[in-house]
Amino acid sequence: MSTIQNLNAFDPFADTGDSEAQPTNYIHIRIQQRNGRKTLTTVQGVPAEYDLKKILKVLKKDFACNGNIVKDDDLGEVIQLQGDQRVKVSEFLTGQLQLPKKNIKIHGF
Amino acid sequence: MSDLGFDTTLKKKKKVKKPTTEDSPGLDSKESTPQPPTDSSVDELFTGLKKKKKSSTKKSATTNEDSSIEKSKSPGLDEDLTASLGDLSLKKKKKKSTKNLDLNEFEQQLEEAGVEELGNINNNNNSQDDGFNVEQENLNNTLKYEDLLSRFFSILKKNNPELAGDRSGPKFRIPPPICQREGSKKTLFANVQEISSVLQRNPEHLIQYLFAELGTTGSIDGEKRLVLKGKFQPKQMESVLRRYIIEYVTCKTCKSMNTELKRESANRLHFLSCKACGSTKSVSSIKTGFQAQIGKRKKL
Repeated sequence: MSTIQNLNAFDPFADTGDSEAQPTNYIHIRIQQRNGRKTLTTVQGVPAEYDLKKILKVLKKDFACNGNIVKDDDLGEVIQLQGDQRVKVSEFLTGQLQLPKKNIKIHGF
Repeated sequence: MSDLGFDTTLKKKKKVKKPTTEDSPGLDSKESTPQPPTDSSVDELFTGLKKKKKSSTKKSATTNEDSSIEKSKSPGLDEDLTASLGDLSLKKKKKKSTKNLDLNEFEQQLEEAGVEELGNINNNNNSQDDGFNVEQENLNNTLKYEDLLSRFFSILKKNNPELAGDRSGPKFRIPPPICQREGSKKTLFANVQEISSVLQRNPEHLIQYLFAELGTTGSIDGEKRLVLKGKFQPKQMESVLRRYIIEYVTCKTCKSMNTELKRESANRLHFLSCKACGSTKSVSSIKTGFQAQIGKRKKL
């Protein structure tokens, strides 16, 4: 009877839980134009195990810019930085935090 | 064999090896000018091929690259040629020897390609080629590079047309984006419609992507031009367009741009189906993501 798959306790089609997180854990780095030639960089989707506050503190000091954390209803916490810091942020994320580069998406021009 | 080849290359170090491998298009232009009187003798050889001359010479640049790649794959081939041509080319000037090398390489590659894919059919041609090879050695001084090239292409087209650089379907040329400033805060993207029609995409899809990527909003004016909020240079638009093409236009399997974007109503997913190779791939829908509050804040 054990050959009948349906009678097994293990359900191969059950949600494993981790499959959901895999495709959506991209970190999006975007740029937005403000007035004049001023810009704003947003970093969305930093994994929850990192302390955003500490990251922001380091980023602000490293890039010599201001920034803050914005809580979005469905996108979670987003780091905002003044100026175009896209390349620097992605370097920081890959270098200091050891995040894989394929998970980082840089948007904008 | 390798010993032989090595020796000859040593001897021929004076002759520049680079032009044989890469600069053949350059040679083409050089050699086309100094030898006009040889036409008549060549005509006799290539009477049938004369008509195709113009069309095939144009394509010479692209296919020369192809052939150079092939050469790099098979270095032993070069050595063979140099060995076989050793005594002939040593006597001649630099230019001509390199030319001969080219010709023979083309011949060899042609034979190679023919043997690989259409062995039986090519047998007749091979015998012809042998005849030509003999003649070539007689007429080494008088043969024009262009004529030989056109001959090569006509034979190649006859036997295996897919190698002759003839891509099926139209060649995609994307016009450069035209950006004008409208006022001080807006950019006019004039040829969205044109670009989206070349890419075979719905302009709305492209515009939606542009808005999401650039983090702006905008509208379409009366002449179907796109008005974007914010200042954007054509160069910036180009890079965004390039990313759009990579993500939503080129086929991931065959790199063809001849694709179609379909929306499956059953599962609400977008599918990219290639018209060249027939593969389909799902593509992610455009997401705007987080938009920071700019300007006046809402009253809390």
